[in-house]
Amino acid sequence: MPASLIQPNNQPFKKVAVDTVTLDIIENAMSNARNEMDAVLMRTAMSPGIREQGDAFPMIANHEGKMVVGQFGSFIYGFLEAYDGTVEEGDIFLTNDPYMCAGAVSHLPDWLILMPIFKDGRIINWSAMFGHMSDVGGKVPGSLPTDARTIFEEGIRIPPTKIYKNGVMNQDLLELILHNVRMPHWNRSDFNAIVAACKTAGRRCQELAERFGDDVYTSSLGEMLDRNYIAMREIIRKVVPETKQSFEDYICDDGAGLGPYTIRCTLWREGDKAIFDFTGTDPQAPSSVNFYLNEEMFKMFFGAFTINLFDPSILFNDGFYDLVDVRIPEGSILKPKFPAPLSCRTHLLGRIFDVMSGLLGQGSPDAMSGAGFSDSPHLMYSGYDDNGEWFQLFQIGFGGVPGRPLGDGMDGHSLWPGFTNVPNEFVEAYFPLRIETYETIIDSGGAGKHRGGNGLRVGYRLLANGQISIHDDRWLTYPWGVNGGEPGQRGHKELIKASGERQVLPSKCDRVQVEKGDLLLFDTWGGGGCGDPLERDIEAVVRDVERELVSPGGARRFGVVISAAGVVDQQATDSLRKEMRQARGEIGIFNRGGTLEELKARCLEDTGLEAPTTPEWEH
Amino acid sequence: MTFRLGVDVGGTFTDLLLINDDTGETFTAKVPSTPHDSSKGVLNGIEKICRTSGVDPKQIRYVMHGTTVATNTILTRTGAKVGLVTTKGYRQVLHIARSYVPGGIGGWIIFNKRELLAPLELTVEADERMSASGEVVKPLDEAALRKNLEKLRDADIEALTVCLINAYSNGKTEQQVARIAADVLPGIPVSLSSDVVPEMQEYERTETTVVNSYVRPRVSSYLHHLERELKARLADDVQLAILRSDGGLATSDSAADAPVNLLLSGPAGGVAGAIWFCSRGGFDNVLTFDVGGTSTDVALIENSTARLRRETRVGDVAVRAPSVDVRTVGAGGGSIAFSPELTKALRVGPASAGADPGPAAYNMGGEEPTVTDANVVLGYLPAGQKLGGDMEIRKDLAEQAVQKVADAMGISIYEAAEGITRIANEHMFGALRLISVEQGYDPRDFALCGFGGAGPLHANALGILMNAWPVIVPPGPGVLCAYGDATTRVKDEAARSLVKGFNSLDNAGVTRILEDLTGTVQASLARQYIKEDQQTITWQADVRYQGQALLLTLDVTPEELKQRGLDVLKEAFDAEHEKLFSFNLNEEHELVNLRAVARAPRPNIAERDYASAKGGVEQAAVGTSPIYYEGEMHDATLYQRDQLYPGHRVDGPAIVMEMDSTTVVFPGYRATVDKVGNLLIEPRKGQGEE
Repeated sequence: MPASLIQPNNQPFKKVAVDTVTLDIIENAMSNARNEMDAVLMRTAMSPGIREQGDAFPMIANHEGKMVVGQFGSFIYGFLEAYDGTVEEGDIFLTNDPYMCAGAVSHLPDWLILMPIFKDGRIINWSAMFGHMSDVGGKVPGSLPTDARTIFEEGIRIPPTKIYKNGVMNQDLLELILHNVRMPHWNRSDFNAIVAACKTAGRRCQELAERFGDDVYTSSLGEMLDRNYIAMREIIRKVVPETKQSFEDYICDDGAGLGPYTIRCTLWREGDKAIFDFTGTDPQAPSSVNFYLNEEMFKMFFGAFTINLFDPSILFNDGFYDLVDVRIPEGSILKPKFPAPLSCRTHLLGRIFDVMSGLLGQGSPDAMSGAGFSDSPHLMYSGYDDNGEWFQLFQIGFGGVPGRPLGDGMDGHSLWPGFTNVPNEFVEAYFPLRIETYETIIDSGGAGKHRGGNGLRVGYRLLANGQISIHDDRWLTYPWGVNGGEPGQRGHKELIKASGERQVLPSKCDRVQVEKGDLLLFDTWGGGGCGDPLERDIEAVVRDVERELVSPGGARRFGVVISAAGVVDQQATDSLRKEMRQARGEIGIFNRGGTLEELKARCLEDTGLEAPTTPEWEH
Repeated sequence: MTFRLGVDVGGTFTDLLLINDDTGETFTAKVPSTPHDSSKGVLNGIEKICRTSGVDPKQIRYVMHGTTVATNTILTRTGAKVGLVTTKGYRQVLHIARSYVPGGIGGWIIFNKRELLAPLELTVEADERMSASGEVVKPLDEAALRKNLEKLRDADIEALTVCLINAYSNGKTEQQVARIAADVLPGIPVSLSSDVVPEMQEYERTETTVVNSYVRPRVSSYLHHLERELKARLADDVQLAILRSDGGLATSDSAADAPVNLLLSGPAGGVAGAIWFCSRGGFDNVLTFDVGGTSTDVALIENSTARLRRETRVGDVAVRAPSVDVRTVGAGGGSIAFSPELTKALRVGPASAGADPGPAAYNMGGEEPTVTDANVVLGYLPAGQKLGGDMEIRKDLAEQAVQKVADAMGISIYEAAEGITRIANEHMFGALRLISVEQGYDPRDFALCGFGGAGPLHANALGILMNAWPVIVPPGPGVLCAYGDATTRVKDEAARSLVKGFNSLDNAGVTRILEDLTGTVQASLARQYIKEDQQTITWQADVRYQGQALLLTLDVTPEELKQRGLDVLKEAFDAEHEKLFSFNLNEEHELVNLRAVARAPRPNIAERDYASAKGGVEQAAVGTSPIYYEGEMHDATLYQRDQLYPGHRVDGPAIVMEMDSTTVVFPGYRATVDKVGNLLIEPRKGQGEE
């Protein structure tokens, strides 16, 4: 049963003509409203994940539920389909169950708040925001158990629920939910912050409708959607050829012994329509690395990825959805069946962008960047401190941005919008640890005309007994380079005990016991290089060496010979470059650092970890 | 008879304002700025203003100066070669920064990072470690540091920054580094993070301290040179004071040591000038907007005090230093309008024609349509008007430029021009909302004040958008910063970082800290010849719910705090939090910083006497000129502002012209001149006049 909307005023909005300037003004105001949502959230949220890292995303939709401004597309439609009840003025909804909102949120820690915005008895907009809660219960602190076998192990599931009715919060229900999480005061304040942000958007929409008149306002939002439709139609004609092209990439393993999993996508155009077909993608995993990919969200990724090049100030929205068709096989790792676990979908969420980049890039290789750090490596550390107080740290790591046509990739930066690191002094003040090293890893960025960014090493000295969990990827497969660029260095995790004993940790692990005094080395991976490293400006190589971002030895990857004193040997450089050019022969578009078979064969020797077993569809 | 002199150095002009302390009589002068060495322009200006006013230079006792030297040093990247010392393991603290990449999904594809102000090749490590609670975990390896500093010496650094991990809680090791640096690098100025900004967050603290080092040699040589020259030409005991970003004045010595506090000296002067005229006109709550060539600065004034914030931004450099909460939006007279082919939208800015080539109407080679050109096409800037000095306006060139956008969009030139100004106004409106509505203020409780060369052109339109009346256009809106410099008061503050829950604090302890801090600021003002009994002391506390990122700064008088204890702060915090975010929490309150602020009295300047001014409003009218407004042409009356006196009323459509600024009054609105010379624009209806 779909939801029934209770609107005392049933007069439909009239479509009226809107002049361009009014439209531009409303577009600008909507963008401000969305920024204001972010500002309210950042200032009042409490968990480091949201307040310092910015792991939360706002959205405003028009009266029909189409996203007018936001980043992940609208999920109002999916919600209305799934919700069996009324939607009235003063209601605010909460859900975190991907299976109940068609994947609008993709794992239980993301709490989605959604609110109809009424004016004079009619819905004029919807505002919504989801934010990553530090804990939602379940079998491990942080609620991201790689080894879960069903979603029931991953925390409290909240179906679409009226958390506010008629403007009044259902306190009992909130208490019930908070009773099931480990850090209730963080969730409470983050919840309040998200609600406050959605209400702020509500007020702004009402003010705008008041200022311009309901019909002009709603017609303008409609025009903004049309603008995107027209713009994206042009872009699709430009960047998507009619002939089929395919690309595949991988996540290295599922934490349960299987891997790598292949994500395969084929793209072509029929008329004005772009078709993304994921046939050939591997089956769902037994563990929680599955990613319940919402088709609409994927459309959004595609649009956002391309439109920047043409009118960066456009307010990006849902308007072009009819122009894209996304086909994902049921039961694959991108459309797993309930009750498959989903909590650690971050690896695939990131990898989707490398797939998109590789897929679109084949049409215009000159515009192509290397593969990146397109993932959010996680560290969870929890236990009781010296005062017997429970602590629970959740950190997102950063790494090497790939080399780009525009220039080098940044070292130790985020590919994810809005994310920032948590200041180490903040972490040290509130958690029992010291961060002894916080620097990028020399030579870890892939060589190229534009080199990939270096990965990041964080050395955590743990000051209390407890347990850690790690979620990361790209430890077996490489972040590929393009157009002659070399792959970036892979990630690596190691625990050094007080005794000096060194223990290589899998890139996905849960509940590793640690002791006071242990040192954890958390190395993320470097970005893939872009373009021929032998064409890199020699001065740029020298500068990187001076800055200790590239070693004198590492400079040889660019065919540059530098003495210990930092001086270029021009003659040796010329002959080395010539020699390397001859030896390598023709350069292809992608450099993956070897085939899957080759990587697996060298796995133990290279990484200190056993190779995983290739997954197969059951027949 | 004594005089005070306000001097504001802008990008194009240096403005001077000389005030007779006893009569309130004022003289202004404008001379070209001398960007290479801005003291030249200042000295030229002093020579000119004394010559034209006939005032003896020896009678000038105070020179108040708003300077953009620090800001320009950053914007033009012409600061010192800065060496940096970090804790071992943190050499790349600036390079990694907060790992943030601006933009949405895929934003990294087009992001370019700026070069660091302290480059990696000049960054060395100190092998040492402090814990978060301020205990030395590992003592400094002095020998190793010495070697590292020798490398910096050999690289000829010009300034040194020391920022060690957790130094906000204990600065001892930084001081130890400074002592060794004094030995290895004699004569090189050293900035310590524990002095400049003892606040948590290693990246922000490092960046702030590095910026201090980066601008310090230039600022200090500029100020010392200027002071020497002033003493040679004016009285021996003339006092030079510099306006800080937070709107307080500092002695030139303290300004030279902590120049990171001067980055918004210029905009702070404008806000101070607005406060001066608005408060004397009886308006204590005002939203200000200052429209310049490339951008617009907005600020909120409550009870005749500018709202402050603890962060200062210059371009893409952000530092932790208090400043008047000025928000900048990239829409000014020079902002360029265009229409992207794909979407046929109308966009204004952020690209700007700047001062060179400038708007098309300036006939200096600019061909792209700008906001100024749109104002010319609409008739708001009449062709007869001169711009700051003697520049002619070429209406034909403005029309050619705006026609391009009109053609691209398929609309008339007037529609295009009105569209451009409407979108520019909307950008300014957005910024004004950011500092009012979004901070929990209702704009209807405020007056608006527009200044800067182009502010008065947009004043009436913004009044309509904000529904904030009256809109105040102060006298000399183009030289308001100099007014601010001359009329502001000396202020200093001292702060200490605590970061403690209220439950672990007691009233007596907090009071004691504040009294210590008070002693420090009182002594500082006393050194500037301001006796203790003339000083006003305020206490401030930065408070949040434990775990939050925000800080709300709460003012409290010493008496209140002593009587009612910490509850006063709790209640004030909860009230403010509720106002801003519509909810409160049951969390423990956390006291982050304590601060004592001391202010000198306002300068005692007599009111200007208008008694001798005679004549009716008609004598100020000099003709008519057509303007386009809301789809129609109107005949606007032109007035000369220097012929308008208190009590005069100008009915729109009208244009009021003065040396460096033009005020537009739309049909249906009127402007009256108040007792201090402000133009007050208001709707004509609803005032019982019609």
